[in-house]
Amino acid sequence: MSLWAWILLACAAVYLTKLLGYMVPAAWLKHPMVGRISGLLTVALLAALVTMNTFSGDDGLSFDARIAALLAAAAALMLRAPFLVVVIVGAATAAGVRALGVG
Amino acid sequence: MPRSLPALTPATRMGLSIAAALTLYGVSFGALATASGFTFWQTVALSALLFSGGSQFAIIGVVASGGSGGAALGASTLLSARNTIYGVQMKTLLNPTGWRRYVAAQVTIDESAANAMVQTDHAESRRGFWVTGIASYIGWNAATVFGAALGDVIGDPQSLGLDGAVVAAFLGLLWPRLRSREPWALAVLAALITMLTMPVLPPGVPVMVAAGAAVVWTVLTRRRGGDLAPAEDEVDPGHDADPGHGAGGGSGRDGGAGR
Repeated sequence: MSLWAWILLACAAVYLTKLLGYMVPAAWLKHPMVGRISGLLTVALLAALVTMNTFSGDDGLSFDARIAALLAAAAALMLRAPFLVVVIVGAATAAGVRALGVG
Repeated sequence: MPRSLPALTPATRMGLSIAAALTLYGVSFGALATASGFTFWQTVALSALLFSGGSQFAIIGVVASGGSGGAALGASTLLSARNTIYGVQMKTLLNPTGWRRYVAAQVTIDESAANAMVQTDHAESRRGFWVTGIASYIGWNAATVFGAALGDVIGDPQSLGLDGAVVAAFLGLLWPRLRSREPWALAVLAALITMLTMPVLPPGVPVMVAAGAAVVWTVLTRRRGGDLAPAEDEVDPGHDADPGHGAGGGSGRDGGAGR
């Protein structure tokens, strides 16, 4: 299948996940497990995405300037920097480390 | 003057600042998508039709690292699963009907749901959801077009550190959810699972394995009650421009109801 087909399928699938919430009877989602799964699933998915985007490489894992970006972003978050600043710090760190020829 | 130009309400101001914050992220999405091999129109279509930041980055991340279209579809759909929960909460809070329901679904994201849920007044909830959702949609899409068009001009996204920006953005989304021991433990476990499986599984699939681990975790810890759920009740108004707030605050309502 072409990339276009996958893109449109993904768009439809995501829209359905959004719409589904407005369509299900509210009583179905009263179960406490639902909220708990949703919260924990989000944590696990985001942690996995942080890891994947930091270490992805041609041969499985790659260790480069993105690790410095991760650490700098964590430091910015500990200093309670706003989201926008955190993203800029991540970009600037990766770019800076590469400019120095390290990563 | 004050009558003809009413002051913006807190929910509206919050929504506009969230949308402004999202816009830079949208530029990096546009630039990164085209740099990852997506065409200009494919990039624009992802923002206009899919409109869910995490899922969009997951798609380009999986494809850029050599993953299949199926893996990209799976990762983006799984990542959007929490939007279903937001939809239910928005239905409870705002109950949009007719065509508004279909528009509401499209602009249901972490940020719009969060801004609706943190308001105590019904009218503010409604403004919070719609202002955040629509302003974010406009800003995100304009920024995507800008980034995708600029992507070719600005050259190597790595020299600009855009891959570092993505790492920082996902950490920024995760961070507000790490407020107690359980989400920390699960995040570390998910990161370890991802690192260990990345060399042996197709790109993108480790994310789904980590998601599976979260479900197993939920079932195994079920009997321990909800006290270890993410500290979603601690909504910090000082971080109103923080898109990561959404799911934390959202799951709080559900988790709290069961306690």
